Amino acid sequence: MPKLTIDGREIEVEAGTTIIQAADQLGIEIPRFCYHERLAIAGNCRMCLVEVEKMPKPVASCAMPVGEGMVVKTNTPVIKKARQNVMEFLLVNHPLDCPICDQGGECDLQDQAMAYGSDRSRCQEGKRAVPDKDYGPLVQTWMTRCIQCTRCVRFISEIAGTPVLGGLGRGEHMEITRYVNSAISSELSGNLIDLCPVGALTNKPASYTYRSWELKKTESIDAMDALGASIRIDTRGNEVIRVLPRINEDVNEEWLSDRSRFAIDGLKRQRLDRPYVRRDGKLQPASWAEAFAAIAAKVKSAGSKIAAIAGDQADAEAMVALKDLVESLGSTSLDCRQDGAALDPKVRASYLFNSTAAGIEQADALLLIGTNPRKEAPVLNARIRKRWQKGGFKVARIGHKSDLTYKYEHLGDQASILKDIADGKHPFFEVLKAAAKPALIIGQGALSREDGAVLLGLARKLADATGMVVEGWNGFNVLQTAAARVGGLDLGFVPGAGGKDTAGIVAGAAKGEIEVVFLLGADEIDMSGLGKAFVVYQGSHGDAGAHRADVVLPGAAYTEKSATFVNLEGRAQQTRLAAFPPGEAKEDWRVVRALSEALGKPLPYDSLKSVRERLVKANPVFAAIGEVKAAAWGSFGTEGAVTDKALVSHIDNFYMTDPISRASKTMAECTAAFGGGCGCNHKKTGTHG
Amino acid sequence: MSSNSHEPESFAFNAEMLEKAKGYIARYPAGRQQSAVMPLLDLAQRQEGWVSRAAMEVIAEMLDMAPIRVEEVATFYTMYNRKPVGKFHVQVCTNLPCMLRGSDDVVAAAKAALGVGFGEMTSDGLFTLSEVECLGACVNAPMMQINDDYYEDLDAGSTKTVLDALKRGETPKPGPQNGRQFSCAAGGPSTLTELTFQTEKA
Repeated sequence: MPKLTIDGREIEVEAGTTIIQAADQLGIEIPRFCYHERLAIAGNCRMCLVEVEKMPKPVASCAMPVGEGMVVKTNTPVIKKARQNVMEFLLVNHPLDCPICDQGGECDLQDQAMAYGSDRSRCQEGKRAVPDKDYGPLVQTWMTRCIQCTRCVRFISEIAGTPVLGGLGRGEHMEITRYVNSAISSELSGNLIDLCPVGALTNKPASYTYRSWELKKTESIDAMDALGASIRIDTRGNEVIRVLPRINEDVNEEWLSDRSRFAIDGLKRQRLDRPYVRRDGKLQPASWAEAFAAIAAKVKSAGSKIAAIAGDQADAEAMVALKDLVESLGSTSLDCRQDGAALDPKVRASYLFNSTAAGIEQADALLLIGTNPRKEAPVLNARIRKRWQKGGFKVARIGHKSDLTYKYEHLGDQASILKDIADGKHPFFEVLKAAAKPALIIGQGALSREDGAVLLGLARKLADATGMVVEGWNGFNVLQTAAARVGGLDLGFVPGAGGKDTAGIVAGAAKGEIEVVFLLGADEIDMSGLGKAFVVYQGSHGDAGAHRADVVLPGAAYTEKSATFVNLEGRAQQTRLAAFPPGEAKEDWRVVRALSEALGKPLPYDSLKSVRERLVKANPVFAAIGEVKAAAWGSFGTEGAVTDKALVSHIDNFYMTDPISRASKTMAECTAAFGGGCGCNHKKTGTHG
Repeated sequence: MSSNSHEPESFAFNAEMLEKAKGYIARYPAGRQQSAVMPLLDLAQRQEGWVSRAAMEVIAEMLDMAPIRVEEVATFYTMYNRKPVGKFHVQVCTNLPCMLRGSDDVVAAAKAALGVGFGEMTSDGLFTLSEVECLGACVNAPMMQINDDYYEDLDAGSTKTVLDALKRGETPKPGPQNGRQFSCAAGGPSTLTELTFQTEKA
């Protein structure tokens, strides 16, 4: 490994490291615009010039690999002058609109101009103006501010895999633009805003609504999909202004999907801000006491004929409280699987993404079953693409044929193909068998079919037969899409002895066997099937559940509570309260706790700390926040015949999957502009299944 | 960037060009066929006179690359025409050596002979006049390029003669227009005038 000296400090780094990376390791700051550690090296901004002994001219440190015995200087007068000159060139055509620029205060160019900029310009000529481009409803362009670093071009080509941006023309006339007939239909397009070192690409929905220094920053966890990306929620007063990704190498690196980033305007619409009770067929505003009294009256007569369904964004604290409450009332009819997915709560490995998100980069063969990871977990899909780009990675897919941003072998859309592979009768079986680290990803589109349990069993059989589960590697992956799902399964929000599952609860309600149904943010079940049952809906938004409800209890959205979610890898993570719930709405577990008091069955915890202790008692995974522990392998799934229905992803419209994104105007605009996402241009909206 | 009004709906290489294109693609190893993007753009331009968006999309498809990557190449190099040009594309160099040797007269004569300015096409679709950067024939400055041929050592008169000949459907002889042989010294050799060879001595 080469040893070099930077500013008199010695460091030994891997061969092939560039000078800028070595300097970063030492904590020596080198200014840069075009260089980004996750993108290919462009070397076109020239801001990172350093002096290297025995080299005649300053060199671009981002593009210069280290050499043995190199002596690098980053802070000489020559370098300062060189960077000042580069800065002067960059500013020749950059407008002086920092006071009205949304990037102001968090702009690389602004910051570095403080160090290397001049307070006056020698340029007599007019600045060039560049027409703005249409990048869709999420990304606002201010092309005159562009310094042609090409980070956006590289991101959209390399990471997002939708190469629609490019630099046309040359020299003074070069413009970054999108290809004329293609929309920026990447589900990761919001990351362009973060990557842009200047204010050329800004957050369109939040345009002109904030100055970066006014915002309160809260580190939290995303609950819009099951990946549980690390996010930073920026609020002003009680309003969520924007959501940004935080770096978390294990989960989302530094990317965030567009739904997670831009659906937040849904937090301001359709909110339930006070309890409601249905009187004379209409939901009427009520006090908490009236609402609880109405529930208590009904529960008393219903006895144990009650049931609870948890939705896709329910937090673990609320679920464990509701589970304890329902069980104390004598019922075991609980389910957190709204779509009826055949997930086996007894074997933890059967519902996790066992390879982990980062681990998928080690796989060398992958089978996708009934899933469209690009729609179901775009950031995870970018990881698969990253793996694919390295080469030596065979991907095949059983399901709908669509662009996943990497090449794969489309085996067909019949579930019988999975059976053939599992039986070793299909050539892809040999590919998996020959791979050192084979993996499969089975989606909810497969598991929520009526033969879901059979497909799960076939996937397990395939995993066993191809050596996917060995010491140190488990390539059996279930791609969850609901943030609540793994947590619910972990804490046992599933039917107990004699209890009914989601389909059983709905059927029971229709037949009168279930008289009271609690919906904890559950909006995706068939509300019309609930018959005459008394429905209590607790949640944040006036969506399908609240419309059907007899009593509505206002809850908090994921930005408004300190709550635990377990992501698809089985990683317990906690959100933090960034804004308060609106009106009379409360953190969800507190609502359940208060309700338990009203029902005469007070739950034995009344602080967040004690609920979390209860969670740990239910499952020790809740004690290890931020960690993933390998889950024990076991036997799960059933044997049987598969139906000949085509395998499809259960998500039609990437932009609208949950109450928050359905309430979001921005997501509605995206649906209108991009269809269902992924360039598939489905005209359908909403979700099914 | 050009407006879209002149963009055709579709493009296809003719048989001869397609054959050549395949030849270019075959020169590069599998997976590196993108290297053929420049010759293919040239073939498209030779066929149509210019490179349309439809042509770029066909090339992108043939080379398994994103259309924007092809467009980046086509717009970077000024020798790819992104707008239709006349049958004769008259490109007059106005860089320093040509200017010092009288390219201003050449430009004026060309404009007068064709009746169009830079970047414009004559109404009969025969000529497009362009101002270009150095074409590497400074030794015979001033010069202009018409399609694949260089016309060199021009002045106002010879410029008009060349263009008028083209208008009549003739093909004027390319190269120096002042009688000079290639880039031999104008007016005959000034050194080694009494050169005799060893064998001649005896």
